[in-house]
Formats: sequence, C-alpha cells, structure tokens
Amino acid sequence: MIEILISILILVGSLFVLVSSIGFLRFRDIYSRMHAVTKATTAGVCLTLMASLLYFSSHGNGINGKTVVIILFLFITAPVGAHVISKAAYFTGVPLCRESVVDEFKEHIKKP
Amino acid sequence: MIQTVSTISLVLLAISLVFCAYRAITGPTMPDRVIAVDTIGTIFISIIGVFSIKLNQPHYFDSALIIAILSFSGTVALGKFLIKGECFDRDID
Repeated sequence: MIEILISILILVGSLFVLVSSIGFLRFRDIYSRMHAVTKATTAGVCLTLMASLLYFSSHGNGINGKTVVIILFLFITAPVGAHVISKAAYFTGVPLCRESVVDEFKEHIKKP
Repeated sequence: MIQTVSTISLVLLAISLVFCAYRAITGPTMPDRVIAVDTIGTIFISIIGVFSIKLNQPHYFDSALIIAILSFSGTVALGKFLIKGECFDRDID
C-alpha cells in the first residue's frame, strides 16, 4: 500500500517537473517562462522529496531531517530567487512579449 | 514496482534537464540563462531524491542540501550583478 503511494508521488512529481520545463521551453516571454518554471518545479521537487521521506521512514530509518530542511529551504528560497531575477530582467530592459496588455510596474517606477 | 517507477521518473527528469540545458545555451537574454541554471540545480535535487530511493541509500541528501544552498546564493548573486553591475547597467532610472 505504501509502495503505491510512494510510486504515485514520484510519478506525479516528475511529471510536474517535465511539464514545467516544457513550459520553460515553449513560452515566449521571460516573465511567463519564470512563472511557468518556478512554482511547478518547486512543487514537483517537493513531491519527490516527500516520496523519499515516506520511503525512508517506512523502512525503519526514522524521519530524515535533511529532507524536511531541503523542502522548507526550497519553499522559502525559490520565490525569492525568482523575484530577484525578474527584477533584474525588468531593470536591464528585457521587453515584454507583444501580446502583453498591461504593464503596471512602469507607472509605478515613474511616480517618484 | 518502486524500481520501475523510479527508472521512468529518472528518464522524465533527464528529458526536462535537456530542455533546461537548451534554454541555458540558447536563451535570448541573460536572465533566461540564470533562471535555467537555477532550474537545473532544482531538478538535480529531485534526481538525487529519486536516486536515493532507487539505491536505498539515505546519505545522498547532504549533496542535495549543498546544491540547494549554492543554487540559491548563485541566483541571488547573479541577479544583483545584473542589476548593479557595470557591463549590464543600462537604464535603471
């Protein structure tokens, strides 16, 4: 029973990672690429690490603390890194794609 | 069952690594490459997790933790360099 749960977690996690990297390959704007790749990859990696946590705790090794630390660290640092990179992309003049409708950050910059 | 599923999962993760490597090599802009390298690090953490299940070896998570920390600090450092560095500092304000 727990093997089926572990297998489902591994498969769903790697499918999340695959779908997010397909979005990373196919989207046409860096901001939408970042939107695709940051959240879904973090979710997929966390599902895979949860599967390994279940596996090693079901084999009598106890809960591996490093896995929990990695999951918490990824959930904290992935949005921070994406925010820094998107800010860098905006300030170095990477344009939005042609189908973009609104750019609220530009009006926000020109105000002060 | 877990062996077969982890082999399939390793193949899927390798395909996504190829996609990210393509975007890192031929990314149109510099932040594309930075975010691609960061994503490659994150996918490596997942590969290490699946690989430790496949080999029944829980000691591989030290390297996963180190890869996570180095990937994050490299991303933040490159972002700060892109914002405030010399050769990429074009029009901030």
